[in-house]
Amino acid sequence: MEKHYTDSKVKGVSTGTTILAAVFDGGVVIGSDSRASIGGDYISSKTMNKVIQVHDRIFCGIAGSLADAQAVTKAAKSHLSFHSVQMESPPLVVAAASVLKDLCYKNKEELQAGFMTAGWDRKKGPQIYVVALGGMLLNQQVTIGGSGSTYIFGYVDAKYKPNMTREECVQFATNALALAMGRDNVSGGVAHLVVITEKEVEHVVVPGDKLPRFHDE
Amino acid sequence: MAAAASMMPIFGHQISSKNDLVPDWNREEVSTGTTIMAVEYDGGVVIGADSRTTTGAYIANRVTDKLTRIHDRIYCCRSGSAADTQAIAEVVSYQLGFHSVELDEPPLVETAANLFRASCYRYREELMAGILVAGWDRRKGGQVYCVPIGGMLVRQPVAVGGSGSTYVYGFMDSNYKPGLNKDQCLELTASALSLAMERDGSSGGVIRLASISEDGVERRVILGDQLPRFSTH
Repeated sequence: MEKHYTDSKVKGVSTGTTILAAVFDGGVVIGSDSRASIGGDYISSKTMNKVIQVHDRIFCGIAGSLADAQAVTKAAKSHLSFHSVQMESPPLVVAAASVLKDLCYKNKEELQAGFMTAGWDRKKGPQIYVVALGGMLLNQQVTIGGSGSTYIFGYVDAKYKPNMTREECVQFATNALALAMGRDNVSGGVAHLVVITEKEVEHVVVPGDKLPRFHDE
Repeated sequence: MAAAASMMPIFGHQISSKNDLVPDWNREEVSTGTTIMAVEYDGGVVIGADSRTTTGAYIANRVTDKLTRIHDRIYCCRSGSAADTQAIAEVVSYQLGFHSVELDEPPLVETAANLFRASCYRYREELMAGILVAGWDRRKGGQVYCVPIGGMLVRQPVAVGGSGSTYVYGFMDSNYKPGLNKDQCLELTASALSLAMERDGSSGGVIRLASISEDGVERRVILGDQLPRFSTH
């Protein structure tokens, strides 16, 4: 196996992490691991939730510098609640993503955080938007991020199908997170999942010992 | 080797290799940024690799054969610097051939792996080579040994290597089970390589597969249009 140098220029506490979001028939699942570490040497939190709620039906998965991500999502949350009062209706998922994108793009020199925004709105149903490090905005059906994501590209490419059922999608997300946590030393802990549909938002937490196991474990 | 291309002075200007006018591939080292894989099954091994060799952004060879014969029933999969791995493979082939004549017996896969490890470890500072050694012998059947950069040696039932391998760890962990037969191994290897080639810029081209057993070595090639495809999204 080749030595894989992930050159981390992120200082301070970073969410070396795995985040994932996938659209299924009628909703979207967004999930993450729960480990926060300082450069991979010290785990500063075993139970951090990296899926942050920015509005009733809109959630954000964060990767990169924790401090930057928290600051940005806090600003985005307040922007969005103001926006939703002005519009007198719940914000669109793309609006939430755009707010994040603007913050990331305008401050691209200082920030070191990436986001995936997943949610449901009346106009387009379940959607996922990725805001990458420099401030690019992209709409995708399934997306993965964070340091642990490199190990599951093959799995996600092979296993994701459009229009899965809710149970299939939750199982797919849990498996993918478990596989990434099994290979990435800065991802781990429990799997946090949020299932967003028109009707409700459900939090599912899969503790470490209940995660799917694979042949060599 | 990085060739420094310096051109004739024109009007007193020296166009050196640091200039943008000299393309990337004149100064970058040739590397098999790659995806390689080897799987044991009961009775033999299956090995596979992509076929891309790059110098920087230029694909120097798009039909490379990274599955190199070391002995009748022992092959190696090469990743890392093309020059380094070719040189090491030649040295080991020679050493193993000689050893086999002395023994008057086909050599063991473990012996071949140890020879690779000896070279890779001794010259670890100078070399950039990640190698999978796989084959069949009478004593232990099909075996796969991993000799990554740095010169460690470990036997594994299934191993992947190269730059593209990181993308398929998850797929491999979830899809490999002990007790697969030869055809299942071939399918697993082809799928994993195809997924890696889709994501890794340094891997691509065709898939070369080989299966090694007591009966011999069977080689095949999967061309671009026949690569396993997965649902696109």
